[in-house]
Amino acid sequence: MADELLSAPHVLEYDYRRSLGDTLSRFFTGLRDREILGVKTKAGRVLVPPAEYDPETGEATTEDWSAVGPEGVVKSWAWVAEPLGRHPLDRPFAFALIQLDGADTALTHVVDTGDESAMQTGMRVTAKWADETVGAIRDIVAFVPTPGGGSA
Amino acid sequence: MRDVAIASFAQTKYVRNQIHETEVDMLIPITREAIERSGIPKPEIGFTCHGSSDYMAGQSFAFVGAVDALGAFPPIAESHVEMDGAWALYEAWVKIQCGEVDSALVFGFGRASMGKLRETMNLQLDPYTMGPLGLDAISMAALQARALLDAGKISEEQMAEIAVRNRRVAKDNPVAQVTGDFEVAKLLAEPYIVSPLRKHDCPPISDGVSAVVLAAGDAIGRGDSKPVFIRGIDHRIDSHQLGSRDLTVSPSTKLAGEKAGVHAGPVEFAELHAPFSHQEPILCEALGLEEGVLINPSGGALAANPMMTAGLTRIGEAASHIAAGRAGRGIAHATSGPCLQQNLVCVLEGE
Repeated sequence: MADELLSAPHVLEYDYRRSLGDTLSRFFTGLRDREILGVKTKAGRVLVPPAEYDPETGEATTEDWSAVGPEGVVKSWAWVAEPLGRHPLDRPFAFALIQLDGADTALTHVVDTGDESAMQTGMRVTAKWADETVGAIRDIVAFVPTPGGGSA
Repeated sequence: MRDVAIASFAQTKYVRNQIHETEVDMLIPITREAIERSGIPKPEIGFTCHGSSDYMAGQSFAFVGAVDALGAFPPIAESHVEMDGAWALYEAWVKIQCGEVDSALVFGFGRASMGKLRETMNLQLDPYTMGPLGLDAISMAALQARALLDAGKISEEQMAEIAVRNRRVAKDNPVAQVTGDFEVAKLLAEPYIVSPLRKHDCPPISDGVSAVVLAAGDAIGRGDSKPVFIRGIDHRIDSHQLGSRDLTVSPSTKLAGEKAGVHAGPVEFAELHAPFSHQEPILCEALGLEEGVLINPSGGALAANPMMTAGLTRIGEAASHIAAGRAGRGIAHATSGPCLQQNLVCVLEGE
């Protein structure tokens, strides 16, 4: 027994959890349930992602939530021909600003078309959900062109 | 308001990869030069403030190491911002305005070459909705460039012309990193890095440091160059959510410019911290700069972009331009965050 070495696993990491707070908790719980939620400002604009305060006025947003999307319009896009390690897809894709139907702001996300020639500002896209959703922004794997969707 | 002057400015030559010197090695001669040229004996300098990012050093509290460059005994009053050195200058300016001190050493440093800067910048994002998407600095700038192109506010050719002009002007700046005569047509034949941005639209990755000494009251006018006065300074911020902003304009720059009093006198030139080519016209519009205003006599951030001190360097370069007698009044600008999220505007004037 004397020559038996004791060992224990050691993982060096910052092992902490963040609290999302009321507003983002509701948004991410929605994503887990495959629903995209926006919050209304006092001026009646629907913010997606939701915020606790209206970025235009600094006023608290309301308790009035609504489901938006899952379809929307590409407002701007950037084609990543050579994905990097942190990128969500390992093949060429677009980062895009997507204004979901029913929202007044755009969500920053990913569009998967396979080829840059299929990208166009104003094109309609639809959220593609992960097989398993956990309540995180990548519960939406990517947005893909809406079949027969055309452009706005 | 107290009159606050930029008494001196010093900076390294900016290089792609400074492998021979640590941050402290770079800071020792530059902070010393700034102090000596200010004419204020080091023990009399009332406050020290600097800007840097621990994410670039890859180590928490890495900024504390920078104090080694100063020799902090006897004890000094010192502060740090996890921002560009331009915001450290703002903090020092506030401290002087409060009457607590009459002088301050301000510096910033960055050694971006130690990591993958484009990906490191992901760590400044909101960790819930944006960070996990793996957004990188160039992709975010590309979203803004596309918005401008779609709006018809710029063309890819004009973006290339901006890069060509800045790097041509930078030939006269001995510390600039990317300089020379480039041809627009040849640049446009290059591939995209992230469409619609090509390499020439992006800033170089630069290692380097810069330092400024601020002076008020009796501390003014003791240096080897003419004092240049800060007539106004203000900084403002827009939403971190790219999709809640109109990326083709910069309301925070506009507001900061108004509060700083940009048009309280003639604007002869501007040093703009526009790391990406398409950002220069956004800033010109926000600041109301008309055709004919000299933009970036130093070559700007497209010629050298030392992360965390490129904004302070704009202020220092603008002050040097005035101190050398090449202009009487001008403005300097610094930016932070993706797509010009936060902006600082400083109005400078000679005696």
